[in-house]
Amino acid sequence: MATTGSTAKRTPVDSFVWALGTIVVVVYALVPIVWLVSLSLKPADKLNDGKFFSGSPTMENYRTIFKDPQFKHALVNSIGIALIATVLAVVLAMFAAYAIVRLEFPGKKLVLSGALAIAMFPPVAIIGPLFNMWRALHLFDTWAGLIIPYMTFTLPLAIWTLSAFFREIPWDLDKAARVDGATPFQAFRQVIAPLAAPGVFTSAILVFIFAWNDFLFAASLTSTNRARTVPAAIAFFTGSSQFDFPAGSIAAASVVVTIPIIVMVLIFQRRIVAGLTSGAVKG
Amino acid sequence: MTTASTTGTAAIATRPRLTERARSERRLGWMLSAPAVIVMLVVTAYPIVYAIWLSLQRYDLRFPDDRKLVGLRNYGAVLGNEVFWQDLTSTLVITVISVVVELVLGFALAWIMYKAIFGRAIVRASLLVPYGIITVVAAFSWRFAFDPTTGFVNGLLNTDRSWFSASWTSYLVIIATEVWKTTPFMALLLLAGFTLVPDDVVKAARVDGASAWQRLTKIIIPLMKPAILVALLFRTLDAFRIFDSVYVMTRGAQNTETLSILGYNTLITRLNLGLGSAVSVIMFLLVILIAALFVKGFGADLAQQRGER
Repeated sequence: MATTGSTAKRTPVDSFVWALGTIVVVVYALVPIVWLVSLSLKPADKLNDGKFFSGSPTMENYRTIFKDPQFKHALVNSIGIALIATVLAVVLAMFAAYAIVRLEFPGKKLVLSGALAIAMFPPVAIIGPLFNMWRALHLFDTWAGLIIPYMTFTLPLAIWTLSAFFREIPWDLDKAARVDGATPFQAFRQVIAPLAAPGVFTSAILVFIFAWNDFLFAASLTSTNRARTVPAAIAFFTGSSQFDFPAGSIAAASVVVTIPIIVMVLIFQRRIVAGLTSGAVKG
Repeated sequence: MTTASTTGTAAIATRPRLTERARSERRLGWMLSAPAVIVMLVVTAYPIVYAIWLSLQRYDLRFPDDRKLVGLRNYGAVLGNEVFWQDLTSTLVITVISVVVELVLGFALAWIMYKAIFGRAIVRASLLVPYGIITVVAAFSWRFAFDPTTGFVNGLLNTDRSWFSASWTSYLVIIATEVWKTTPFMALLLLAGFTLVPDDVVKAARVDGASAWQRLTKIIIPLMKPAILVALLFRTLDAFRIFDSVYVMTRGAQNTETLSILGYNTLITRLNLGLGSAVSVIMFLLVILIAALFVKGFGADLAQQRGER
């Protein structure tokens, strides 16, 4: 990681310019979030006052959405589906990445380039077939119906990220274990797996963010509270009447689902950056 | 892919038999990659073949009995329809403008991250927020901000413009949202690209009297070219399938409909699997075309990027 900038001496003017740059970046990134928070706290009569901040904040919108069964279901669905998809994708990717980095076998280039091809694949190209197949297999509007595509579309990211991390693991420990009589599988389970934990964790975060974010599959392959996730629920949210567009409730729901992401980003920022860049540059 | 045993016997004639260890290594390699490969094949390769098959049929779920093979007629209907070309144009407009803006802005952000003296962690964490946030949520935030009733933008600019009632202002907001959300990803990839630029070379150029602009255009950018190309390829293909933010902001009104929205509407809203699958297959081919153009145009640089690990 090249996060260590140039070490050349800086003049006060330089420092001022870079400090200003930092502030601009923070404002750029956070204004839309702060705006959502502000909107979600506006009382109903000030919703349309055209101001960034209205004053007299209220939790009314939050109370409304948590009373709404649709939102509660969507939240549970989102969390469950994203977590299960993450675990499955990371486990499968871990096996594949280990094989790619550590073992000689024909077809390994094919696995990597196939994964790359899927990373570029347009999901809209398969929603029709999946829609039809899922209805026949009774997977339409179920958790599994979303977990399967999420797992698939995150496998490439997970495989590439994990391969990049696995390449950094000291080889000798694994060899030593095998010289000591461990089978390749034992070497994997007892030596490599614990060393690989940080990489595994990083790709898990990236996979989770993808699954948590998806709207196209959720909008196409679900129809009720059974499996509809938050992005789809918010997008299809309607007020008590069609003339009463529930901006306040949508803002509140948006803030609720953004909080976990912000917390994750704050805690794991170093890992996320390492994960995103390692796959791209070293992959 | 052949099985271990057939490869083993075939190899006897030409080269020394594989050792027991090498063969078990191969088997393990296949066993460990098989689950991931099978999942990827079953969920992408099979459906795309199925989509091609569906695209050759007249198949509307509202009239399921009227299903029959019609050859390439669906493709004729899609390509002969003005809507398709309008949607292709708007998809390309959004893709090209947002990727170009993201590249320039992403470069600046990456540079700030690289150079920030205090608060590098703050910069990094703030940039990850747009990356991590749900696209639908981001789209709502921007939509509410520009909406004449709930928004603050009109008050700020002292106008009463109805942003989503005209085509170019709708594009403006959609592209701004896309840029806001995805520039950080571009910036992170470019930041990684700075590792490809040795500090010494830049310093030497400075000593030789190269201006900051010359150092940037003559040294830094050429050295970073592989990283820039990878970032461009990923972002172009990603922008080309734009769906979420357009759906939330205009649902395709004011000529902002994109190919993904067209596919979704035909398949899921109108339940026309035949026509919709034709749209899907065309989109799939366009993605392959874009990727191929990148590889053909910049193949050498991409290969160099891969070789440098």
